[in-house]
Amino acid sequence: MFTPLMPSASSATVPIDILRFNTCGSVDDGKSTLIGRLLFDSKSIMEDQLAALERSADITGNGQINLANLTDGLRAEREQGITIDVAYRYFATPRRKFIIADTPGHIQYTRNMVTGASSANLSIVLIDARTGVIEQSRRHTALAGLLRIPHLVVAINKMDLVGWSEARFNEIRAEFEEFLPRLDIQDVKFIPLSALNGDNVVERSPHTPWYAGPPLLDHLESVHIASDWNLNGFRFPVQWVNRPHNPTNQTFHDFRGVSGQIAGGIVRTGQKLIALPAGVVTNVRQIWTYDGPVAEAFCPQSVTLVLDHDIDISRGSMLVGTDHLPGTSRNLQAEICWMHPVALRRGKKYLLKHTTQTVPVVVTEILHKLNIATLDPEPEPAELAMNDLGGIRLHAAQPLYFDGYTTNRLTGSFILIEPGTNATVAAGLLAPPSEVIKPEFGDYAI
Amino acid sequence: MKSYHLDHLQHLETEAIHILREVAGEFERPALLFSGGKDSICLLRLAEKAFRPSDLPTPLLNIDTGHHFPELNEFRDQRAQQLGAKLIIRTVEAAIAQGLAQPVPGEISRNRLQIPTLLAAIEEFRFDCCIGGARRDEEKVRAKERFFSFRDRFGQWDPKNQRPEIWNLYNGRLNPGENMRVFPLSNWTEMDVWEYIQREQLAVPSIYFSHQRACVRRSGQWLPVNQLTPPTAREEVGNLVVRVRTIGDIMSTGCVESTATTVADIITEIAAARITERGSRADDKTSEAAMEDRKKAGYF
Repeated sequence: MFTPLMPSASSATVPIDILRFNTCGSVDDGKSTLIGRLLFDSKSIMEDQLAALERSADITGNGQINLANLTDGLRAEREQGITIDVAYRYFATPRRKFIIADTPGHIQYTRNMVTGASSANLSIVLIDARTGVIEQSRRHTALAGLLRIPHLVVAINKMDLVGWSEARFNEIRAEFEEFLPRLDIQDVKFIPLSALNGDNVVERSPHTPWYAGPPLLDHLESVHIASDWNLNGFRFPVQWVNRPHNPTNQTFHDFRGVSGQIAGGIVRTGQKLIALPAGVVTNVRQIWTYDGPVAEAFCPQSVTLVLDHDIDISRGSMLVGTDHLPGTSRNLQAEICWMHPVALRRGKKYLLKHTTQTVPVVVTEILHKLNIATLDPEPEPAELAMNDLGGIRLHAAQPLYFDGYTTNRLTGSFILIEPGTNATVAAGLLAPPSEVIKPEFGDYAI
Repeated sequence: MKSYHLDHLQHLETEAIHILREVAGEFERPALLFSGGKDSICLLRLAEKAFRPSDLPTPLLNIDTGHHFPELNEFRDQRAQQLGAKLIIRTVEAAIAQGLAQPVPGEISRNRLQIPTLLAAIEEFRFDCCIGGARRDEEKVRAKERFFSFRDRFGQWDPKNQRPEIWNLYNGRLNPGENMRVFPLSNWTEMDVWEYIQREQLAVPSIYFSHQRACVRRSGQWLPVNQLTPPTAREEVGNLVVRVRTIGDIMSTGCVESTATTVADIITEIAAARITERGSRADDKTSEAAMEDRKKAGYF
């Protein structure tokens, strides 16, 4: 008989958490190699994958196994030796499950980096010890800060090529620490390593007696991931109205519920809710789930709410609790990452997708553009070009009900879509609202 | 104090339900691809969780290669009936007869022929979205796939130019003739799928469990003996105790020797496995880019 290797195998009831992290850095900093090394040394690579690597090593690699080939799945990536699109990899240790987004370093693929980073708990920025901090390292770190990724690891790679010099490590660290205070990142760890040789990746390196910290995997296994989810202020963007037309079970003949994923807070049976934009107050009659009704539910659970009143509510509406009210406005201010070859200009119209609704918007002002070299905002630029980070103002066709991104990632974020081509052109993070919703009726009073 | 904590399966579940409801909210004519395999069994349970007590808002679609394991088709039909779901089956045989698909002499699998059959079904029913059970951990090209994967008028995937996918905001907008493939199980691993089957007590086709079967040794694998490609005199044939880990064409699905008779046994076996799930699929071994080429042309 086999013995289970993972606790998850024998006891599916033990809660195991998932750490989502992404790796970023410039071309050739060794991102894919680092992931290959993590998988290889944590024994997450299977024999047939290894055999395929050896086959391609015989043909193209002069007999050297190329760990980057484990993640570079596209032909064009293997040919050019670069990562073009985000590759997701999965592995588990007895302590945690991991989802890795291997994000491209090449500047033209920054939008793919945003894709990989937006859901991450932790970001690894790779630095080539020989070249030190470069523009792409700053851009990636600035993005991690903008997206409020709570943990950052600065992996100073290729330390073998600088003779494992502690002085060089400290020099790069100092360079980083100079601009870090300008970014909002709570936890930063610096690790000297060699992805190619496996030093300080899974095993502690004998070459760095001066480094007291943990190897990378130890850190990934133990970093405390406080909940990303906001449990204050109930937010329920309605995705779908659940109304059986010809129910096989007659008890559901009059069933009418609203289905969605809780984007913030906790909801309980009997609780008073406000439906937006209607502004009507109602109560939760039942929290319906496939596994039976529950007394309470919390973010990010997916549920169906049955309400006391038959009110006008459909996809795009939002139910909120009566405390921690969201803001509302047609005039929005946001930080954005522009991701399209055609630059953003004032006066252009886009579709803005926020939670479950999509509304037309016009760009009324470009406030500033982040200078990546100095990390200073440059006021009133003419446009925001591909990969630029900047601040803008928008005017929406309908009011939005939202929170600042720093308060709630899910109700504080949006994407911009270009009508016609349907291209996703920007990722946006809303500034805190200047005014919260104002109850108009007596029943609204809190 | 109450802890508001979701374990990894609950996280994956709520992520998938959210995606399924986005599809129901944003598309007019979605279909759910259901083969009766383990991944689509999970997908179907997630659809029940997303949409009950209503009926499923999508029909089930299966492209039958004509080389399926009979156990799989029986299971597929039975499960669709239990759920009261509409099941649409389009066969590669019929697509060949109608001239929609042209077989190449000597081709082992019907993977390639599934492509024109699927695209014809999409056109016939004017589906604007197909929900599939593909997972990123299956294969390294799949690892590059988005949750919402855009296909042009020709059903093609352009991996170098995918839409950015940020937070949980999916851009499902299409122009006429274009199509979306949506993969709610993207972040699930083979282990997650079996743990979910265990937790939800889902029935699976019998061939996933250990059974006795006549197998023939081909390119380093045990393939089921079948009438389409009978063993030659020089080939090694054995009567083995096996199960399948992944189900494709009967001609290219390798069997693994196993004594696993319960879902718990399978979980134990996978935890100790040193070979990936796809390691037993001959169709992926054609070349390093076999999957990429099929996907660009419109494969699932």
